Amino acid sequence: MATLEIKDLHVSVETEDGPKEILKGVNLTIKDGETHAIMGPNGSGKSTLAYTISGHPKYTVTSGSITLDGVDVLEMSVDERARAGLFLAMQYPVEVPGVSVSNFLRTAKTAIDGEAPKLRTWVKDVNAAMDRVKMDTAFASRNVNEGFSGGEKKRHEIVQLELLDPKVAVLDETDSGLDIDALKIVSEGVNRFKENGDKGVLLITHYTRILRYITPDFVHVFVNGQVAEEGGPELADELEANGYDKYVSAAV
Amino acid sequence: MGLDVSSHLHPVGSFDLADHPVPTGMEEIWRFTPLKRLRGLHDSAPFADGAVVLKSEAAPGVVVEHLAADAVVRGTSGLVPTDRVSARAWEAATGVTLVRVPAEAVVEATTVLRHVGTGADTAGAAHTVIVAEKFSKATVVLDFEGTAVLADNIEIVLEDGAELTVVSLQDWADDAVHHSTQHAKIGRDATLKHVSVSFGGDVVRHDATAEYDGPGGSVEMLGMYFADEGQHIEHRLFVDHTAPKTRSNVVYKGALQGEGAHAVWIGNVLIRKVAEGIETYEENRNLILTDGCQADSVPNLEIETGEIEGAGHASATGRFDDNQLFYLRSRGIEEAEARRLVVHGFFNDLIGKIGVESLEDKLRETVEAELAKNVLR
Repeated sequence: MATLEIKDLHVSVETEDGPKEILKGVNLTIKDGETHAIMGPNGSGKSTLAYTISGHPKYTVTSGSITLDGVDVLEMSVDERARAGLFLAMQYPVEVPGVSVSNFLRTAKTAIDGEAPKLRTWVKDVNAAMDRVKMDTAFASRNVNEGFSGGEKKRHEIVQLELLDPKVAVLDETDSGLDIDALKIVSEGVNRFKENGDKGVLLITHYTRILRYITPDFVHVFVNGQVAEEGGPELADELEANGYDKYVSAAV
Repeated sequence: MGLDVSSHLHPVGSFDLADHPVPTGMEEIWRFTPLKRLRGLHDSAPFADGAVVLKSEAAPGVVVEHLAADAVVRGTSGLVPTDRVSARAWEAATGVTLVRVPAEAVVEATTVLRHVGTGADTAGAAHTVIVAEKFSKATVVLDFEGTAVLADNIEIVLEDGAELTVVSLQDWADDAVHHSTQHAKIGRDATLKHVSVSFGGDVVRHDATAEYDGPGGSVEMLGMYFADEGQHIEHRLFVDHTAPKTRSNVVYKGALQGEGAHAVWIGNVLIRKVAEGIETYEENRNLILTDGCQADSVPNLEIETGEIEGAGHASATGRFDDNQLFYLRSRGIEEAEARRLVVHGFFNDLIGKIGVESLEDKLRETVEAELAKNVLR
C-alpha cells in the first residue's frame, strides 16, 4: 500500500534576482499500482518536481504538501524520504570517486532495510540485477558512475531501483540520451518493478518514445509549473502528433 | 651574505651554515611556515643525541648499517642543503643510517626504519641514506611516531634499473615538530615511488626533491595528509628534470578539519633544456571538512625546452560536493555515513596506488579515526 499525494505545491529556487517560483500549485495523487507520466516542454518544472519530492536542498517549498501514506514527506530529510520508500532515478546520476558500486549498493541496502543484507544472497542478487539490465558484473568493482557512459549510468539507476525496492519510484527523464536498445532495457526494468504490485511510478519525460514501452495509467501535461491537462495514455498519442505548441502558446 | 633563494625553481644549495642566515619568514621558501613553532630548528636550537630511538627491521637481503658521520656514502644523492634547517641537520648529524639493497636483489618484504620520538625537550638531527643498487627492487618504510623535534636529511639513491618504494609515514604525536629534507637521485631507467603520509605532528614540513642521473628514469610522488585543528602540514616538492626521456607523476591529496588546520603544498617542476622527451604531471587536491581551515596549493612549472611529451598540473581545493552527498542520501544513506563514504573515496584511489599492502589497512583505519573527530561526531 502506498499513496503519494501532492497538494497545491508551490516551490521556488534562489536566483541572483531573488527567489523565483517554479512550481505554481501542483496537485497529483499516485496510488499504488499506478503509473503516472508527466510530460512537458523544457523548463516547465518537471525536474523541479522530482527533486522536490526527494528533498534536494536547492528547492524551497513555499506552500502545499507532499505526503506518503498520509505521512508528511516535507518534514523528512533526504535520506529519511528514501528510507520511507521514495526513490529518484536521476537524469544525471552523480559520480562518486573512490566509492565502489558494490560498497555503495550494500551501504544503501543496509540503510534502507535497517540491517545488512545476507552476504551470500546479496552478491547473487546484485549480479542478477546487473545481468537483467545487461551490465557487466565487473561494474561492481568500479567507482560509482565514474567513467560510465550515459546509458550505463541509467542502467545503474535501474539496478538500484530493483535492489532497493521502494514504494514509489520517480524517474526523472531516465529515457533521455538513451539509444533504442538501452531504452528497452531500462523500460523492462521499470516494468519488472511495476509487476511487483503495489508500486507507484512517476515517469517524467520530455518525449513520448518511452511510453511505447511503459504504459502509463495517467498522463499529465506540465506547463509553466502546473498541470495543464490530464488524461489517459491517449493523451500521449496526441502529444506525439501535435507536440507541446498549443500549451506553450496558451501559457504565454 | 646569504644564498639567492628568490627562485625555488633554481635552488642554489650550500653546506656552509654561514650561507644560510636565520630566516625571517619573508623569504619565498619560508613564507607559509610558522617559524615560531619550529622550536628554533631554523635558528640555533642545540641538537642532542637520543631525540629519537631508531628501531630497524631489515628485510632479508637488505643491509641496514650505522656509520660515522664522515661516511663516504653521505652526499651521494647530490643533496646540497637549500635551507638553514637542512644545513644545520647536515652539520649536526653524528652518524649515518645506511639502508643498502644489493645489486639485483629483489626483496619482497618491507624494510622498516621505526623512529620513536623520546620527547620534545631537545632537538635531534639525523641522516639517512637509502641506496638501491643496480637492478634491485625493494620497499623501505620510514615510520615516525611519538614526540620529537627532529631535523633530518634523507638521501635516496637509485642506481641504473633499480625499482624502489620509499614511504615516509609521519604518524607523530600532536606536539612533534619535524623538518625533513628528502632528496632522490634516479639512475638510468630506474623507478622511484616516493610516498609521504602525514597525519600527526604540530608542524611537519617536508621537502621531497628528485633529480635524474640518466635518461629513462621515472619518479612517482604520492602524498596523503590529514591536517587537524591547529596543525601545520607543509609538503614542498621539486622534480628537476635533468635528463631526457624521464618521467614524473605527483599526486598529493589532503583533508583539513578544525580551527587553524593549515596545509601547504608546493609542487615545483623544472624541465631543463637537456630534458627532451620527458613527461610530467602534478596534482594536488584538498578536501575542506570544516570551517576555519586553510589550504595553500601552489603548482609551478618551468619549461626550458618545448621538445617534451607532456607537462601539466592541477590543483583543486573544495568542500564536500553537495551533489555527491545528495545522491548518496537519496539512496537512504544518512548524512554522516555519506560524508564518511566520500572522504574514504577521496583517499581510496591514492591508497591503492601506494601499493604497500601492509600499509593499506593502517591508512584506512587512520582515515576512519580522523573522521571520528569531526565528520562522524
